[in-house]
Formats: sequence, C-alpha cells, structure tokens
Amino acid sequence: MSDVQSLSQLDTGRTAAVEALRGGHGFRSRLAALGFTPGARITMLQNVGHGPIIVTLRDTRIALGRAEANRILVVSDRDAANGRA
Amino acid sequence: MAEREGRSVRVALTGQPNVGKSTVFNLLTGLNQRVGNWPGKTVEQKSGTCHYGDWTFDVVDLPGTYSLSANSPEELIAREHIIKEKPDVVVAIVNAATLERSLYLVSELLSLHVPVIVGLNMVDVAEQQGCKIETHVLEAALGVPVVPMVATKGQGVRELVARIQEVVCDGAECTPNAPDIRADHKDVLDRIESLLGDHVPPEYPRTWMALKILEGDRQLTELMRSRLPEEAWEDVHAIIKQHEDACVAVASGRYAWIGRMIRAAVVKPRAGEILLTDRLDHWATHPLWGMLILAGILGITFWLTYTFGTPLQEMIDVFVTPTLVGLARETLATAPGWIEGLVVDGIIHSVGTVLTFFPILMIFFAVLSILDDVGYMARAAYVMDRFMHLMGLHGKSFLPLFLGFGCNVPAVMGARVIESERARLLTILVAPLVPCAARMAVVASLAPVFFSAPTIVTWGLIALNLFILALSGFVINKIVFKGEHLAFIMELPLYHLPNWRTIALTIWQRLISFLHKAGTIILIVSIVVWALSVLPGGDIDGSYLASFGRLLEPIGRWMGLDWRMMVALLSGFVAKENAIATLGVLFGAGGSEVGLTTILGAALTPAAALAFLVVQMLFIPCVATVGAIKQETGSWRLTLFDTGFLLVVSLMGGMLAYRVAVLVGVS
Repeated sequence: MSDVQSLSQLDTGRTAAVEALRGGHGFRSRLAALGFTPGARITMLQNVGHGPIIVTLRDTRIALGRAEANRILVVSDRDAANGRA
Repeated sequence: MAEREGRSVRVALTGQPNVGKSTVFNLLTGLNQRVGNWPGKTVEQKSGTCHYGDWTFDVVDLPGTYSLSANSPEELIAREHIIKEKPDVVVAIVNAATLERSLYLVSELLSLHVPVIVGLNMVDVAEQQGCKIETHVLEAALGVPVVPMVATKGQGVRELVARIQEVVCDGAECTPNAPDIRADHKDVLDRIESLLGDHVPPEYPRTWMALKILEGDRQLTELMRSRLPEEAWEDVHAIIKQHEDACVAVASGRYAWIGRMIRAAVVKPRAGEILLTDRLDHWATHPLWGMLILAGILGITFWLTYTFGTPLQEMIDVFVTPTLVGLARETLATAPGWIEGLVVDGIIHSVGTVLTFFPILMIFFAVLSILDDVGYMARAAYVMDRFMHLMGLHGKSFLPLFLGFGCNVPAVMGARVIESERARLLTILVAPLVPCAARMAVVASLAPVFFSAPTIVTWGLIALNLFILALSGFVINKIVFKGEHLAFIMELPLYHLPNWRTIALTIWQRLISFLHKAGTIILIVSIVVWALSVLPGGDIDGSYLASFGRLLEPIGRWMGLDWRMMVALLSGFVAKENAIATLGVLFGAGGSEVGLTTILGAALTPAAALAFLVVQMLFIPCVATVGAIKQETGSWRLTLFDTGFLLVVSLMGGMLAYRVAVLVGVS
C-alpha cells in the first residue's frame, strides 16, 4: 500500500490529490484554509529534491518549505490509477 | 431616503494577500490616509477618509489575511475589527484570476452576518486567461452584491461606491448564502452550539462561535472556557478532543461551497496554457539562475544608490546644510553664542542628518515596493528561504536585510513586506547588525592606519558582523520564540506590470512616517547629545559627554581604549560617521584627517584599534535606526531591549577581539 506519499516525494510536473495533513493544529488549519483539503488537486511545479518546493493548487502557486511538504500526504495520479487497476 | 443623505459610513476593506486590496484602498482614499500600527502590534494599520457627494466614507484597510482563524496576529486583528467595531459595510476584495482560493475569506465573512460587498478585482487578468465570470450569477449565488473591478485601471470604483451606498440605505435586502459545514459534522456543531447556549458574548453570532470552537480556534476557545460553567466546558472539550480533525472538515465544507459557486458562475474554466508567470518563474525560482538574478537586482540597486543617491546626499551635505548654517549665523549674529550653537550644531546639523537620509531611503523604498508590487519579492524569498530559515528568519527577510548594507533605516522599515509578525520582528531586531555604509566609512578611514592588510581586516569585520547576526537570530529565535519552527508557506502571485500609483504612495508614506516619527527622535537626541558635548564649559574636553566617557573608561581599559575612544563611540549614536570627527576634536588634530591618523597611529596599539573597530561595527545603532525600530515595533521595551543587547554584544566582542589580538601578538 505505497500509494500514499508525502508531497515532497512528488516529482516535478506530476499531479496528485491531497489525502491528509499531519502536524499541529495551527499548521493544519492554515493549510486547510489555503485549500489543502482532502481531494484537492495539486500539480508539482518545482521539486529539485532538496529545499523548498512550488506547487499549484486551486489556481494559485504556493511555495512550501520541505518540512511543510513532508507533512502533506498525497496520492499521486499514477499510483491512484495503479491502485484501481 | 432623504434623511439618510449626507451620512458618514464606516467601511472595512478585507481581502487575501495579492488580490489588489491596497490598490482599491488607494483609489478610494488617495492621499487622505493615516498610516500607523494597530494598538500593541507590529502590524501596519491604514485608514483613510473620502467624500462622495455629501457622503463621508471612513475606510479601514484591514490586514491581508487568507482566513479569519486566529492563526496570525493579522487574522485576529481583521476578525476583531469586524466583530467589535461593526463597520457599516465590509468590502471583500477577491482576485478573479484565483477566484476559488480568494472566495475562502468571503465564505468566512458571510457566516459572520455582516453586510458584505464583494469587489471582484482583476477581471481583466482572468479574461486573459480565458476565464469568464458571470457577475450576476455569482451575485445571486452568494446572495451579496458583486462588483467587477480592474483596480489598476481605476475601473469599478464608482460602482463599488454606489453599491456601498445602496447597502447602507437598504441593509435588510442582502440575504447571504453562507456555507454549511460538511454533513458528517452537522450534529457535532449543533451539540456545541446548544452547550454554549447563552454564554456567548452578544457581539458574536452563536453558530459562528460554535463553528470556530469546533475548528479549534485558540483565542475563542480560551474566551468560552472562561465563560462557560465547568461541566458544560468539560462536555465541549470532550467533543473538540474527539473531533481533532474538524478544522480540515470545516475548510472542506467551505471549499465545497465555493466549488458550487464557481460551477454556477464561471463560464469557461481555464485551459492549462503556459502563462508568462510560469515562463518567468522557470528562471526566477531556479536554484542557480534565481540566485544570479537576485544578485543582479541587488547589484543594480546599489549601483543606483552610488550613482544617484550618494551624490545627492553629498549635495545636501555641501550645499543645503552650509546655506542653512550661513542663514542662521546671519540671523543670530546678535544673539548669545549658545543660541547660535544650539541652532547651528544642534538643530540644523540634525535636520541635515535627517535630510541626507532621503535620497538613499527613496531609492531603497522604491526598489522594495517595485519588487513587491510586480510579484518578484516572493520569488526572492523562495530562493533565499533555506538560508534565512536557519536563523529563524523568513525568506522575505533577505531583501530588507541586504539593503541594510546601504543604511539600516530602510532595512528596519522594509521589514514591513514580511507577512509573519514573528519573522518581521526578528528581522527588525537583527537588522542593526548589518554593517551600514557609514560604519564601513569609519572602518575604511581607520583600518589602513593600523594594519598592513586593511582589506582582510575589513572583510573579517563584515564576516564577524554577519556571523553575529546569524547567531543572534538563532539565539533570539530559540529564547524569545522558543525555537518554534516557522512554517514556510507562501503564495507566489502572478507577475504583473508595476502600478506606479501604489508604488509612489508607498514610498511617500514611508518617507513621511520616517520624517514624522524617526525625525522627531533624531532631532531630540541630536540636541541632547550636542548639549552634553558642550555643557557646562563650552568645549567637548570638559563636557558631560567627556565625563561620561571617563566613567566608561574602566570598560574601555579592557579593550585598551581610553575615554576619548569611548566618547567617539558614543558620538556615533547621532550618526556613525561622527566618530571620526569626534576623534579629531578629542585628539586635537583640528580638522585634518591626516593629522588625526598620525596621532591615532601613535596613541593606539593595533590590538586596541581592532577592538575599537569591532565595537563600532556592532555598537548600538545610530539614532535614526533606533527611531525606525521604535516606530516599526511600536514598543519602547523591544527597542531598548535591542539597544541593550547590541551594547552588550559589541562590548563583549571588543574585549574578546582585544584579548585574542594581544594573545596572537598583533601589536
């Protein structure tokens, strides 16, 4: 069951859907308000493997620190397809 | 409605960051703005008045916030203002190009039962992206007026004003369609609401309060805990514990509601085309190219400063100040000497000091506000964040701090671009550790006297300052902010052409507030220091300032410095470059700098000179910077803390440098 991964593991150009948020209450509440709610579609714009990342979500480009991206769990579109197959 | 005419209306302007809210505010109020801080906060407060016909609008520009949870001081301020001050109308600006995300704040506002008007801004940008929004459908769906706008071109403001007047006149007509909570949490919400019962303060809508408690809002939870009987609170608390994830469920509910609004009102969903922003970001956020672009921009900024700013500064120094001095001397020819001294050396010189700041401040404020306005600031922050984070700072701290190499005042005032209050405060506190041009000038004139390799010493001093800056950031962050991880979550707005009106207003406001607040402090302190340097005898040698310097001699002795060096340090408080002039007077070198260097070279050991340079690089900032810190933090306590902190750090640094230098045999 490896279809859930952290957002920081998503490669540049890939799309995914938010699965869950980890971390403290304030952090989750902030991210949820920005649109990181379960099911929300994310496209990875930049992920060079270290440092911060850039995603698009609900028509907005958002930069996230790697620590923050680690706490967002997503299901990558390819994995979702495999899971159903 | 005749009796309603000629009335005054209180309008609160809200919106998420990057929706063009300040452009709308500037359009409404023009130059009739007051800029200050929200009481007790490092958050900028802007308000303004405008007249339309015989109506008077008092507009408050609330801080830009993504939601109305109490996640940040800004959100708390915006929420408290709307609930406690009960404005007649809340105007929510949303960005048509990022409609889904920007409607989130509206979804929160509608649950508050306040009269809301939505200003649908940037419809031109949305249309360029192939997205057409049917305003009337959106209006019907939301149940509140929606005004399409292109604020950068001044479009939609008249309509907005008309709709505000309409809403104020027949307020009851709006029936906002507030979002529901997700179905699986509806029962829980009802239970909390009935438990809260009549204990909710009357200014808060009860359902909204229950929702916020369920979301886990810290401020409101505290409020209700203090008001509820113990058993009722225990029950509420048990429910909250059980539904830890409710904040995500509530947000999901709001986004589902937004989704319905958008499906109804947006005609053509955006195609996945590559936008200009994506093309530019390919370079601007690239780990290597992004750095080089940032370095290039900084290079241009300092080139501008030295090409235009410094000559202007010198012109003021060479023409304006002497002209004023000449005028004063003529006018006061018959007045007692001390009055002439007060006016010439006390007042005119400090006014001159304030004036010489203007060219460099204008350039730096212009650069900061242009970069912020076109959307580049967020990219620079993205590129620099990994380094700034190590010190507990935010990526956005980088640009203001870097400008500190020119002058610390814009570094402190430029910290306003940082959204997080905590990072902004920390940036302000460490900004004086960036060695400014005036301090570098002192180093440049003294280092060659004592050291065979002055360049190495100079670079070493800069490195020491930056090392201590990083260390201080790290330590203050650990102690004051308990080392809490500062989350890096930042929107990268679409690039757009600069809006010169907004930029000009920003520069103007910052200059004015510098003049107002910092200027006053500079004037007072300069006069006091001048008085201390001539009283009681008339010359600095026997003055109170000198006695104070002698008092400090025991500390100085630890670094091989006599009282005159301590006085020179103190006199740098008015302006850092004064240190050299003071040394000239105290060592009896007259006005000649050559004479001074010869005398100093004989009077000081290289180890002591090194200690002096270390102290003056780290010493309490000049009065203009202190004034700016007070103005930006709004707190004397923090200002004095920072000054005391720098005093201790600089003296310790000096002593350490002296001891090490003596030990390794620099003599």
